[in-house]
Amino acid sequence: MKIIHTDCLVIGGGLAGLRLAIAAKRRGHDALVLSLVPPKRSHSSAAQGGMQASLGNVIKGQGDNEDVHFEDTIRGSDWGADQRVVRMFVNTAPKAVRELAAWGVPWSRVQRGDRHVIINGEKVTITERDEAHGLVAQRDFGGTRKWRTCYVSDGTGHAMLFAVSDRAIAQQIPVHERIEALSLIHDGARCYGAVARNLVTGELCAYVAKATAIATGGAGRLYRVTTNAVICEGIGAALALETGVATLGNMEAVQFHPTAIFPAGILVTEGCRGDGGLLVDVDGHRFMPDYEPEKKELASRDVVARRMEQHIRSGKSVKSRFGEHLWLDIRLLGAKHIETNLREVKEICEYFLGIDPIHQMIPVRPAQHYTMGGVRTDHTGQSPTLKGLFSAGEAACWDMHGFNRLGGNSVAETIVAGMIVGEYIADYCDAAQNEVTLPTALVRDALRRERQHLESLASGENGQEDAMALRTRMQQIMTDKVGVFRTGEALKEAVDELTQLLTRSHHIGLRYSAMGANPELVTAYRVQKMLKVALCVAQGALSRTESRGAHFREDYPRRDDVAWLSRTLASWPDANSLKPKLAWESIDIDAMELPPGWRGYGLRDHIEHPQTAQRAARVENIRKTMADASRIEIQRALMPYESLLPERYQGTNERIDDHVQTQKTAT
Amino acid sequence: MSARQLTIRILRYNPQEPGSTPRMQEYVVEEADGMTLFIALEEIRERQDPSLQYDFVCRAGICGSCAMTINGRPTLACRTLTRNLGQTITLTPMPGFELIADLSVDTGKWMRGMSERLESWLHMREENPDLTKLEERMEPKLAQEIYELDRCIECGCCVAACGTARMREDFVGAVGLNKIARFRLDPRDTRGDAEFYELVGDDNGVFGCMSLLACHDVCPKDLPLGTQIAFIRRKMVTSGVRGEKLVPAAGIEPATP
Repeated sequence: MKIIHTDCLVIGGGLAGLRLAIAAKRRGHDALVLSLVPPKRSHSSAAQGGMQASLGNVIKGQGDNEDVHFEDTIRGSDWGADQRVVRMFVNTAPKAVRELAAWGVPWSRVQRGDRHVIINGEKVTITERDEAHGLVAQRDFGGTRKWRTCYVSDGTGHAMLFAVSDRAIAQQIPVHERIEALSLIHDGARCYGAVARNLVTGELCAYVAKATAIATGGAGRLYRVTTNAVICEGIGAALALETGVATLGNMEAVQFHPTAIFPAGILVTEGCRGDGGLLVDVDGHRFMPDYEPEKKELASRDVVARRMEQHIRSGKSVKSRFGEHLWLDIRLLGAKHIETNLREVKEICEYFLGIDPIHQMIPVRPAQHYTMGGVRTDHTGQSPTLKGLFSAGEAACWDMHGFNRLGGNSVAETIVAGMIVGEYIADYCDAAQNEVTLPTALVRDALRRERQHLESLASGENGQEDAMALRTRMQQIMTDKVGVFRTGEALKEAVDELTQLLTRSHHIGLRYSAMGANPELVTAYRVQKMLKVALCVAQGALSRTESRGAHFREDYPRRDDVAWLSRTLASWPDANSLKPKLAWESIDIDAMELPPGWRGYGLRDHIEHPQTAQRAARVENIRKTMADASRIEIQRALMPYESLLPERYQGTNERIDDHVQTQKTAT
Repeated sequence: MSARQLTIRILRYNPQEPGSTPRMQEYVVEEADGMTLFIALEEIRERQDPSLQYDFVCRAGICGSCAMTINGRPTLACRTLTRNLGQTITLTPMPGFELIADLSVDTGKWMRGMSERLESWLHMREENPDLTKLEERMEPKLAQEIYELDRCIECGCCVAACGTARMREDFVGAVGLNKIARFRLDPRDTRGDAEFYELVGDDNGVFGCMSLLACHDVCPKDLPLGTQIAFIRRKMVTSGVRGEKLVPAAGIEPATP
């Protein structure tokens, strides 16, 4: 049998996976990356808009810092996030942008002096400071109080992915391309690597490692209408789930992006609205201010997506032969802006719609976009239930997004989690007690199980179900019944139907039975995995009888902190079962720096937890008694977290305002 | 008007499969509104032939996976609308790369090899900069100019269209020369023209280019490849003739508050 040994096996070659591998390698460990595609093709490249980090260089970002980024992220998450992890994240994000700048990312920079921008539909002149000239610039994004999203023109994810991928090449990190992990090798307590399949030759191989990291991105392809790349099928989550030991967190938390082009589902960036674009209905009316007078088009994504669907239901949609949609109007931004900062959008409109967004409006409707849930980890990125298994990026539930992720926090998470979790993986590999002493029988059994499984699919001995048809049906159910608006009735139907599909998937037979490269075989084993993940989403959504963030139940429209201030944990302990096992871990209000409240947008009437008022009073009291202390000292008193960060990333971030203030004090 | 019946002719060959020989296979697909080649090929695979191999990832013209030759011209299939093509469409894999099967070629291996040879990463002055400090400044215009060259998606169209690449297996292609231009422009990179000359100052580099400029014509991202190659050639000639080490362009000074 073929076995390849390494220290750190990374499954997934996008931003998170590559950054993890770089971190491990820099600490002297061997790292090896498995990727379905050449790493520069990863879905990370599709992040057009930008990366949040509170640098506060532009004038509209002045006064920004970790505290503001922290609060925006917690409000965005609808208090579902782990507040300590969010603190770790916001403290490291500026360092991540600066590291990427050093690695060659051509961040867009601040130009001193006057410039014209569109804010709330109006032309406004703003003046950038001399002292900010040449520093990394920020743009506006939804759900943020400051302009915080660092960007590279219209291709942030692309530029980041190329810089990080090139750095991995510089560090001689091997990437095994077109290799797909089929299952994790484990003994119920510790993970030892993975069994993987070569997609070109069909050859099976075992990768044995001290630490195994899942960085496979999201699960958008569970849905028919999604902005995600075709490789984002939630397979990483399924690998963890199928151990029966590792858990998935908050799989029902699925984000729908407001502006996917209709009907293809291709994303046009939030930067369109951040830069001043408007949402308009069939009458040419700008409807968002009617629903969200404070943040309008720039409320968080879950809120904007719901308001759009609500407006469509009220009969104000545009009817086309493919169905109903609304308009995104960026004409007011002008040709020059669109041709430089939103060029990718222009290209997409030209190629896929045959329209010119400088002169025409863009047909849009919300589509599945982001998987907040994923492999549940602790703050170090390790599974609390399966030692040696780590996860980072969209594949993980670390959990900094809770029930809704802010735009620009996703690519930021890939790099930040890669940096932090990468250090913890290196620590794990350093420790003498984590050396691998693995019986080869365990590896042989894992390989044999997978080989038998593939052979039974190819031989058609179990039946003649069509794998591609099962996948199509699953995607339709998810889009129809587990979408933006959810009800108990529809979710029950979804769970029942998905369960039936899972049963049928045990009887898949192939039309094309080659054991080598075979797209149908790939669909067959993947759809079996995807159905399990889809059931975690649907069952989690059915159980959660409240509305929080992107999870909206029409029959339970209020956020219920008394019953549901908790994280859903799904596992699949019995391989023959047709349903996941669900459990819930509660989120402790007494440990929160920012106790639950109104988000600043969306519905106001949540059910408050009795502890909230106490905690809020205590927080208020600490702030009052420490009125003369620095914001960093106050933060430490409210919720200590710095010791959770690897030492290398604990420092305080410098900003130009530090210098401006020092100068003022001096004069 | 009734929908067109498209005839899609595809070069089929799987070198992994014993007995497989190259052949053209025809599929008939009913055209739909807004149909791209991604949609058409997915339909063929789902309904007619589950063995058909090709590569799509983002299906939005961003990732560069789906480059193939469409009626003889290399381009991105995902954003090619069938309505812009005739009734018969011929699809073949891109030349210049190792064939995986059917329309799928190994651009990943080629690009990694090119990157390793050209050291296509930023050569930093300081390996471990202090990340708590303000980032190094850069003129906004320069950042934009670097991004213009950084937009390359390594799809491989320029290599597939290149005459030199047909004759010289190790030619770095427009994609490689553009990378040299990109890092040369970047003041954060410590390399000067003498170092770049070592990497591309030969017939597998900038002097192998015959200026046929098909790369420039087919680039899906409209990169100014012809201009960049001409520019790099001039710089490399200067560097080669002088035989001296040139100093890279300096970064800008921080603004005085």
